[in-house]
Amino acid sequence: MLSSLSPHLPIIQVVLPLIAAPICVIFRRTGVAWLIALVVSWLSFGISIVLLEQVISNGPISYLLGSWPTPWGIEYRVDILSAFVMLIVTSIGAIVMIFAPNSVHMEIPPDRTYLFYTMYLLTFTGLLGITITGDAFNLFVFLEISSLSSYVLISLGAERNALTAALRYLILGTVGATFYIIGVGLMYQMTGTLNITDLAERLPEVASTKTILVAIGFITVGIGLKLGLFPLHVWLPNAYAYAPSVVTVFLAATATKVAVYMMLRVYFSIFGTKMFSALPIDELLLILGLIAILSMSAVAIYQSNAKRLLAYSSVAQVGYMVIGISMVTTTGLTATILHLFNHAMIKCALFLVLAAVFYRIKSVKIEDMAGLGKAMPYTMAAFIVAGFSLLGVPLTVGFISKWYLILGALEKGWWPVAGLIVVSSLLAVIYFWKIIEIAYFKPRPEGAAEISEVPLNMLLPIWVMVGSNVYFGMNTDLTVSAAMSAAKSLIGGAP
Amino acid sequence: MNNHSILRVVSKFMIPFILLFALYVQFHGDFGPGGGFQAGVIFAAAFILYGLIYGIENARKVLPATATRLLLAAGVLLYVGTGLFGIFMGGNFLDYNVLAATAVGGQHLGILLVEFGVGTTVAATMVTIFFVFAGQDF
Repeated sequence: MLSSLSPHLPIIQVVLPLIAAPICVIFRRTGVAWLIALVVSWLSFGISIVLLEQVISNGPISYLLGSWPTPWGIEYRVDILSAFVMLIVTSIGAIVMIFAPNSVHMEIPPDRTYLFYTMYLLTFTGLLGITITGDAFNLFVFLEISSLSSYVLISLGAERNALTAALRYLILGTVGATFYIIGVGLMYQMTGTLNITDLAERLPEVASTKTILVAIGFITVGIGLKLGLFPLHVWLPNAYAYAPSVVTVFLAATATKVAVYMMLRVYFSIFGTKMFSALPIDELLLILGLIAILSMSAVAIYQSNAKRLLAYSSVAQVGYMVIGISMVTTTGLTATILHLFNHAMIKCALFLVLAAVFYRIKSVKIEDMAGLGKAMPYTMAAFIVAGFSLLGVPLTVGFISKWYLILGALEKGWWPVAGLIVVSSLLAVIYFWKIIEIAYFKPRPEGAAEISEVPLNMLLPIWVMVGSNVYFGMNTDLTVSAAMSAAKSLIGGAP
Repeated sequence: MNNHSILRVVSKFMIPFILLFALYVQFHGDFGPGGGFQAGVIFAAAFILYGLIYGIENARKVLPATATRLLLAAGVLLYVGTGLFGIFMGGNFLDYNVLAATAVGGQHLGILLVEFGVGTTVAATMVTIFFVFAGQDF
């Protein structure tokens, strides 16, 4: 039975959470919904591992929906990049679902918790669909599934500001999705096809037309809005700050990563590297990336809310990924793809710690975190290790991706860029130190309620994430080889 | 709306025909213009008209929240279920050819079921959106 299902794994990966979501709506029980979400997340995680193994040993997998041949039907296509990003999304989902129940039940009213799990499953469906589909229009559909459900997730936040943040994200996210689909429409007009492989074959003939140049522009802005590319990031800090803690963990670790995946896919699998000679998108990305890593790290220093601080840091981190793309070299793309994985690990760990802090002290303001180093030693120790990883201290994953990024910059002879990357890391030291200083060197305020460590089912996911930050920082075989072969296949042109 | 007797009588007269037309658009969709989405919207329009004329409370008696929620989920499940049945019958996901004895028959059956799923969910969603907005106290 299982072996007969194995050729269908690409579709099962998307359909499984899609079925689970309406079932949660039927049951409307918090416990049942959580159990379903947990089981589905872990099954998806298992499927991702199997798919990654299959892709590494046998090459890309193609799955035809309804058995319609390409380019007429929708094709699901799993190559090493999509399998790798899928592994990121599902591993984060699996970890977050173990952590979720306590935090969710505290922050979201009981009659709405089933809605949280439903929307989580739909976001999960959308993100997995984006990574797995081989069809440019289908990608838009999944983008909308993931976006619409994530607006709902953000609006579940306890403060009223969550609604404004969600609405703002809704408006900008819709503009982004619309721009993307306008770009796809223009490409369809010139080539008559939507299949990514087919588009890549037909586009070179018309590559120099104005229509295609305009399409590239629309798609760049559209995806830029989704990934929080400076200066299109304005929705992100509030959305992350006011969403329920668990939602922030999940979205920060996955949604922007999948948007970067979209950017890689469109630039390198559809347009190919020749695009950059027709339109200097690479220079634009480099400049925006540099501004992002410097200005957003500087803005992060002045935040008083730890969640907002990390949100600005996320915008800066997206800057690193974009700089990697702008190099248009194998090393640059390896750095970007590695940082997708590594940043997901780092931010998942950091936001999980903040979720745990909020669970105990009902606040993530930095000033309220005084004395937490003593009161919650295991949680805050995790924060330090994950923070080191964010800074890029050796033996952590953050070091690996920055290493490759600087290597890529030096390969191109971009000494100033390499310098600025180091400067931005130093800025990160400042904002990270701010939290450490207050948590460790200030005592708990007089008369503050006694607080204890968080329960084991919250502590365990945090330390699993921190552990993988260190493990993948020392043992880089899997991540680097996967990222490098994905980068090679992207630069080579064939998806 | 109690004193608008023309609206009350005309809408009462119209509603069965709206529902019937919706079913026509739904089940004739694979031969002529139409399909699940359009049919779902028309079907929901009948309930929305009823709600507008006779009040939300009465409309909710006909279609309580539990029923819309169930229909909402059932439509999606019918769609995905049809797709999965394709796998069960030895084809790919959403492969209609294997659903019936002949390929053409299978395509008919498949698109009918999938569109019925779409129609169900769209109708339930439209009604839910209307009820939620109309039921709010501003």
